[in-house]
Amino acid sequence: MQNPYLPYPVRISEIITETEDRNLKTFKYVFIDPEDEEKFDYQAGQFAELSIAGKGEIPIGIASSPVEKGFLKFTVNKVGLVSTHLHNMKVGDVMGIRGPLGNWYPWDIMEGKNVVIIGGGFAFTTLRSSIVYMLANRDRFKEIHVIYGARTPGMLLYVDELKEWEKRDDIHMHITVDATDDPDWKYNKGFVPTITDQKAPPGTDDTYAIICGPPIMIKFTQPVLEKLDYAHDHIIMSLENRMKCGIGICGHCNIGRHFVCKDGPVFTLNQLNNMPKEY
Amino acid sequence: MKVLKINKDDWANGLKKLGESCRLLGPLKDGEFHNFKELGQGELPDFNFRNTRLSPKSIVYPQSEKMFDYTLDQNDPNHNILKEAEKDYSPQVVLGIRPCDAKALSLVKLNFDTPEYQDTYWLKRFESTTLVGLACHNPCSNCFCTSTGTGPFHPEALDMLLVEDNDQFLAQILTEKGEAIAKTAGWSTEAGSDAPAQITAMKEAAEGRMTSFISAENLKNKSAMEIYEDPYWEDVSFSCINCGTCTYLCPTCWCFDVQDETCGNCGIRMRNWDSCMYPLFSLHGSGHNPRGQKLQRVRQRFMHKLKYFLDKYDEGIQCVGCGRCVRYCPVNIDIRRVCELMNRSEACPVTI
Repeated sequence: MQNPYLPYPVRISEIITETEDRNLKTFKYVFIDPEDEEKFDYQAGQFAELSIAGKGEIPIGIASSPVEKGFLKFTVNKVGLVSTHLHNMKVGDVMGIRGPLGNWYPWDIMEGKNVVIIGGGFAFTTLRSSIVYMLANRDRFKEIHVIYGARTPGMLLYVDELKEWEKRDDIHMHITVDATDDPDWKYNKGFVPTITDQKAPPGTDDTYAIICGPPIMIKFTQPVLEKLDYAHDHIIMSLENRMKCGIGICGHCNIGRHFVCKDGPVFTLNQLNNMPKEY
Repeated sequence: MKVLKINKDDWANGLKKLGESCRLLGPLKDGEFHNFKELGQGELPDFNFRNTRLSPKSIVYPQSEKMFDYTLDQNDPNHNILKEAEKDYSPQVVLGIRPCDAKALSLVKLNFDTPEYQDTYWLKRFESTTLVGLACHNPCSNCFCTSTGTGPFHPEALDMLLVEDNDQFLAQILTEKGEAIAKTAGWSTEAGSDAPAQITAMKEAAEGRMTSFISAENLKNKSAMEIYEDPYWEDVSFSCINCGTCTYLCPTCWCFDVQDETCGNCGIRMRNWDSCMYPLFSLHGSGHNPRGQKLQRVRQRFMHKLKYFLDKYDEGIQCVGCGRCVRYCPVNIDIRRVCELMNRSEACPVTI
């Protein structure tokens, strides 16, 4: 029997401060035992437990993409005990990763379909993983739209990649900020729901929307998508809840009979309509 | 089914022999209440009890349990890497577990042993445990095991069932594990051919002494969201003080928290029983709490036991009717009453 609570040992190989408030850092990890990397076979949309001996574990969405080999990437907001400790760690430090955990965006269903990615703030991590995955398998998807917003230009994640994607003609990027006085800002200004209303393609049987962001963004984006005729089983969301085990055993993250860690974190709006609003 | 006869002398001698090869646990008087404890050499379990105040779940699932060791010493090549903690999974025999509490272990197993993940700690200890049940002749007034798919003589999850018959035991051998310990203990006197009928008669008499029942037959077909939104939750939760007593005493509550404890450069990762009655159980790092209100937490507990579990596994409700939460709730919240409200087929005015 394999102990599902035992993390793989990893080493921090790079740390990038992503945002101007310095509260978001991206950590790149390499596995200490190369065999562990083979066992860590993941899909875009899954998460893992970052494990620091003496502090504990935090569930974080995987920001690297299955098509990127040799490392894992996680972008972590500084919030509590573990994430604050992690923000003070250095390149070369050893810690643990347990996963991959949870389900993923329904790539089999979305194959051959239009995909609209809607993200806000720092919830762009598994969406980044998804975009990199789709671009590496570009012929398996029809139109790809990305609507991504942050409070200010300095709060956007993965800015270099956003600029690269802007230049491509096989992905429609709609980057936005809530407000800015930067005269050189050449992208959108406005909240994500507004930009979604203006830029998202209309909902069809062949179009899926993936939404990830703060509750307030989701609350106001949902009616916009409904107005655009998106069916509830074509609106896909990724949830968070307090977790401990990450494998559906400890009982913490349940929403009704479902565990966010094991039956989620990805649910369709159709599923969520029949679940308690305990998230 | 094989039934043995064990007289009091054979019992004491047998336990002595058993104790040479495995740990023995049984109910012992601990202050005012009985509790399951490891028996000392030559010590006999005290069967003069109705049931223990705490359920015996800690025998398989300790309240605090070490999972890993680690060192933070930078000079140690393995620093910051978790190592499996050494564990004692040597065979143990539990003497005198009540059939309801044994049934609870088989319900809890559904959570710890899933197709995708196996909780190694729980399973290894469960596998190394032999359960010798003790039939209930005098169920408590607030026990309702016969309406939860178990009963005072229910054999499920047990390896052997002892039935007290005046100054001897009739012992039903239920599994190979049960057979093996009978052999080790030297219990081999077969009871007469009338023993099964005798046990059945005592079982029926015990069931006839049950005074408390619940109805759960409508729960399966009612929608979870409908029950969730029913109006009685405010009244049900009104008096709750979120003390968590019900979850700690309950043989089928399994939730746990994981914590690291460091002393100097060394430390352990451990898990501890947790309770959905506490606000911290579901608190997000952002400060948001999906079950920040008492009503939501009380509803969660009853919905989990009586509806979510039923829907998820189709193995009945997650309650064995042991009555502990009814007996020890400081504000008299009664799961039998809540079940009745949830089970009602028509909308009803709120009365508690």
